[in-house]
Amino acid sequence: MKELTADVAIVGAGSAGLCAAYQAATAGADVLVIDENKRPGGQLFKQIHKFFGSKEHQAGTRGYVIGEQLLQKVEESGARVMLDSLVYGLLPDKSMGVISNGVNYSVKAKKIIIAAGAKENYMAFPGSTLPGVMGAGAAQTMVNVNRVLPGQKILMVGSGNVGLIVSYQLMQAGAEVVGIVEGAPRIGGYGVHAGKIRRAGVPIYVGHTIKRVFGKEEVEGVEIAALDEKWNMIPGTEKAFEVDTVCLAVGLNPMTELVWMVGCEFDFIPQFGGHVPLHDANMETTVKGVYVAGDVTGVEEASSAMEEGNMAGVAAVEALGYLTREEAQKKKDEIRSRLDTLRSGVFGEGRRKNKEKQIADMETYKEQYKEAADHE
Amino acid sequence: MRVTQHPILGDLEDEKKVTFYYNGQPMEGIEGEPIAAALMNAGIRVFRTTAKRHEPRGIFCAIGRCTDCMMVVDGIPNTRTCVTTLKEGMRVEKQEGLERIRTGEEYK
Ligand SMILES: Cc1cc2nc3c(=O)[nH]c(=O)nc-3n(C[C@H](O)[C@H](O)[C@H](O)COP(=O)(O)OP(=O)(O)OC[C@H]3O[C@@H](n4cnc5c(N)ncnc54)[C@H](O)[C@@H]3O)c2cc1C
Ligand code: FES
Repeated sequence: MKELTADVAIVGAGSAGLCAAYQAATAGADVLVIDENKRPGGQLFKQIHKFFGSKEHQAGTRGYVIGEQLLQKVEESGARVMLDSLVYGLLPDKSMGVISNGVNYSVKAKKIIIAAGAKENYMAFPGSTLPGVMGAGAAQTMVNVNRVLPGQKILMVGSGNVGLIVSYQLMQAGAEVVGIVEGAPRIGGYGVHAGKIRRAGVPIYVGHTIKRVFGKEEVEGVEIAALDEKWNMIPGTEKAFEVDTVCLAVGLNPMTELVWMVGCEFDFIPQFGGHVPLHDANMETTVKGVYVAGDVTGVEEASSAMEEGNMAGVAAVEALGYLTREEAQKKKDEIRSRLDTLRSGVFGEGRRKNKEKQIADMETYKEQYKEAADHE
Repeated sequence: MRVTQHPILGDLEDEKKVTFYYNGQPMEGIEGEPIAAALMNAGIRVFRTTAKRHEPRGIFCAIGRCTDCMMVVDGIPNTRTCVTTLKEGMRVEKQEGLERIRTGEEYK
């Protein structure tokens, strides 16, 4: 087994991982970023819509353009990026197992930042395993990255931002979206995205769900039904559509396998996608020297993933002595204020509260741990 | 179907075409794209069948997480075709349940 060393090893070259790498490498640390994909950028390159928020967050710029700018910055920073390489294990002593083109590596780093992102949720209904039923993110990857249409006539399930945005992007690429189905009584995503869908003439069926998908070898059609206030299907309200593809945009959940494996403590926050690692304001977990950033800490969006990456990167190299306390504090204050801006407003407020809980639970854990240690 | 024109991403530039074999049939794809994308472009959606109930499976996540897209690629079963890049002359076969590694002999 070959051995690789670094000051900071980062799992994942998405929004969060790349920002962490940039911060750590520009401070002078030896940084190694590892990603399973052939291309860095994580989910950024499939996001061809304009970003929201403030000017500091490049509102109005399209996701893939932000991705290209970020890549260039990382390249110039001197961080090493190892692609086509899977991190398959992370032990409590922080040694990491990596397989790259059939070669096994052991990576030893002083600090580790896990920025592994999230994966899409599945939803079960009769016919849900038929080829042609896929994640909305999968359809987005196919159409925007690989430039292949996953189908011609598509039904979308879920009206959150991902469902709305991907529906629009499928239409931009030439597919027909016959409708969007939403179980809740109202649309989940931003008004701007929903407006675009409505103007394109696509109906949004709120208070509806999928009853079944039918087809022999692959999707040939779908039946939806209205829901009563207890989320039971109302007989007689069924509508059938002839479609070849059904996309599921029913949420994401953090990719926490490595975080569990290294022994971190967790919180359960449903709005963040389920189990999320406890971390402090520096993004450090309950395992000293192991940091987390981005969707893996709770599913939010690309801008907050970048800021969490910045925070983890700065904190990790501060701990290694590459930044003085004052230098680091200045950077952290700036990042914190940008994160606060992102987590404000109608949609951000809930995320801010959850994040505060997650960090407060970490502090409680630290207290308990300290007490336990004092008693020994 | 290939998205050749796009209002935001622009026209698809001339990419290098390669020939690969799907269940022995020659097909065209773009070098370096995921095998799954080339198959989807050709309208192939059933990638494998399950071991017990022989149900069809195809692309679900497209980012290497779910294993629904596993096929036999150059004799190696359980290859995730959504994260494996296409190369000239590749032999891609539908996977029926759990398959053994196919040796060179069977290909002759
Ligand atoms: C399919 C999908 C589509 C999305 N679309 C949108 C959208 O349109 N708009 C929006 O605002 N948000 C979208 N999101 C949310 C998105 O996750 C965030 O916007 C942001 O990209 C999160 O950044 P990240 O760095 O945390 O994760 P990611 O960008 O997902 O990056 C994580 C990286 O880590 C790598 N990785 C994970 N585990 C390992 C391992 N063990 N070994 C090696 N590498 C590993 C992955 O391959 C990936 O490249 C989408 C998410 C998904 C999953
Ligand atoms: S489609 Fe999920 S692993 Fe390939």
